[in-house]
Amino acid sequence: MKLTPLFVSALTLALATSASAQTLTIATVNNGDMVRMQGLSSAFTADTGIELNWVVLEENTLRQNVTTDIATNGGQYDVMTIGTYEAPIWAKQGWLVPLDGLSADAAYDVDDLLPPIRDGLSYEGKLYAAPFYGESSMVMYRKDLMEKAGLTMPDAPTWEFIGQAARAMTDRANDINGICLRGKAGWGENMAFLTAMSNSFGARWFDESWKPQFDQPEWKSTLDTYLGLMADAGPAGASSNGFNENLTLFQQGKCGMWIDATVAASFVINPNDSTVADQVGFALAPDNGLGKRGNWLWAWSLAIPKSSQNAEAAEKFIDWATNKAYLDTVAAQDGWANVPPGTRTSLYENAEYQAAAPFAKMTLDSINSANPSEPTVKPVPYTGVQFVAIPEFAGIATNVGQLFSAALAGQMSADDALAQAQDATTRDMTRAGYIK
Amino acid sequence: MATAQTRTLSRIMMAPAVIVLLIWMIVPLVMTLWFSFQNYSLINPMMTGFAGWANYIYVIGDPSFTQSLVNTLILVGGVLLITVIGGILLALLLDQPIWGQGILRILVISPFFVMPPVAALIWKNGFMHPGYGMLGHLWKAFGLQPVDWFNQYPLFSVIVIVAWQWLPFATLILLTALQSLSEEQREAAEMDGANALNRFYYIILPHMARAITIVILIQTIFLLGIFAEIRVTTGGGPGYASTNIAFLVFRTGILSNDIGAGSAGGVVAVIIANIVAFFLMRAVGKNLDA
Repeated sequence: MKLTPLFVSALTLALATSASAQTLTIATVNNGDMVRMQGLSSAFTADTGIELNWVVLEENTLRQNVTTDIATNGGQYDVMTIGTYEAPIWAKQGWLVPLDGLSADAAYDVDDLLPPIRDGLSYEGKLYAAPFYGESSMVMYRKDLMEKAGLTMPDAPTWEFIGQAARAMTDRANDINGICLRGKAGWGENMAFLTAMSNSFGARWFDESWKPQFDQPEWKSTLDTYLGLMADAGPAGASSNGFNENLTLFQQGKCGMWIDATVAASFVINPNDSTVADQVGFALAPDNGLGKRGNWLWAWSLAIPKSSQNAEAAEKFIDWATNKAYLDTVAAQDGWANVPPGTRTSLYENAEYQAAAPFAKMTLDSINSANPSEPTVKPVPYTGVQFVAIPEFAGIATNVGQLFSAALAGQMSADDALAQAQDATTRDMTRAGYIK
Repeated sequence: MATAQTRTLSRIMMAPAVIVLLIWMIVPLVMTLWFSFQNYSLINPMMTGFAGWANYIYVIGDPSFTQSLVNTLILVGGVLLITVIGGILLALLLDQPIWGQGILRILVISPFFVMPPVAALIWKNGFMHPGYGMLGHLWKAFGLQPVDWFNQYPLFSVIVIVAWQWLPFATLILLTALQSLSEEQREAAEMDGANALNRFYYIILPHMARAITIVILIQTIFLLGIFAEIRVTTGGGPGYASTNIAFLVFRTGILSNDIGAGSAGGVVAVIIANIVAFFLMRAVGKNLDA
């Protein structure tokens, strides 16, 4: 047969190609820091010969996509970008490969990772995801408007002061809103903010027997304060605003204060994007004197699903993207202010970084003050600051987020929203078997 | 004339195609039915086993179920009302010998070629956003406070977007019907002294009745499952204000990863669609018999 040699050579070629070029498929989120990593990754391919296939998605889509893939053992990805919510839950279910290689590598220096972040990504003492950037939340405010209002922002404000300042700074005629807060429904949008806020009001999602607590006075005062603040000093259409919308408003000079992710700090002081770059001050998230502040803890991190056929190469990539040398690479290219923040102690000891990033200390203090193991004033059966680390939380909080967003839009009263949240959550927790 | 042999042969030859088509339709339906009676959560591997009617009870007992049912009907009804009335008016307009008729027709039809998520995005950000949408600027130009459409009038906003997309379809079908009306009939009526309104009511409208029925039937089937527009613009909210049955199924099955309850919701949606189709056929389908 004349075709046989042709067939054999084609097969050989195909096998040779697949053996020489290993390809990793990486799912990640379309945030600025990740897009920059994608741009820098050709250096990784040049060093290791490992090709990278990127799937870059918007946050909510990414979450659905990777959750479906990992839960069905789909094997579509070798590296997944996940958060502190997913890491311990998925590790517990045996869906992730532990990053033992990284933990054992002295050059990677796992002890350099900030303790709250490392704990958030570990399960039973083992690291299951490596943080790419970490964040808490804090107050970003306009120094000029604050001065105009005759007030001085303390480093650690109370909610009472924030309310007073927000109302004093509001100047609707000139399109200036005293405060911009998240209102868009979603467990990672308005519920991240409101859950963190509720902690400082002494509220909690569940009591020790998993009974929802939306019928308690602490939640009522959280929601009343939030709605009152937004009605008096918030922007129009606030119930559609998430992180990105508020970032734009703040950069355009339309917000006196904004309480959101610490990672936004480098965006609001960047004169290329922000019209108020030289007027931004930072403060810790507010409290009510109850011992908890309204700040959260999050880290976008890289993990390897059990279904990956290229776990070894995937770990190499995670090493490259999250080690100290990567920070140097970004600093050399884009300056120290733009390195991914919130993951390593050494970064916060770096004098060059401290000089380039005026928000560095506040970010570190905010991250260190968040305690996922004891997030609330009263005891709770769960871990997680702005989320509850149970698999069902994403669905439940999306639902509650809709109700609170409706209250903000004026479609229902705070009392109705709380009552419906209580009913819906009780129903879902009963179905999931937490409440007998 | 086909012999018994050729008939047998043709049956054998057609069989693979028919079998593939049957499998294609039956497998997803059977799987949905099967999952709807199972405890199956993507994120909780402990949830397994036969669920009985629990998934159905859970979905129908959802606090937003009744509202999403009502929303579904308002959505279908609203869009039908706009597209049928608008379609008749546009068909009448496009039937006139006017200058630039060809270009006008293409313009009227063009929304139909825009994919639903894209259309929704354009409307959301380009037109209806209170901050940077065109309508917001228009309101401001007149010294008014911009309307926050998707939060103040969520269902209405979705209806407008969907109607914008389906109006060309209705217009096309109705225009075709209008053009098949014989000129003599109109002229005769005119000579008998019937004014424009009478001609429209007694001649044109009855002539278009069949086409209107087709528009209503086809659109209803598609409109019962509106999803992309809601997902892109309101996310079913605020609260449940713009959640329809399709979005409720999505929320249960995908956002909450509850495949069992999501499948039950899917089966319920199929049943509701069939009930609506049944009544619709009885109400307007009789026009098709003539």
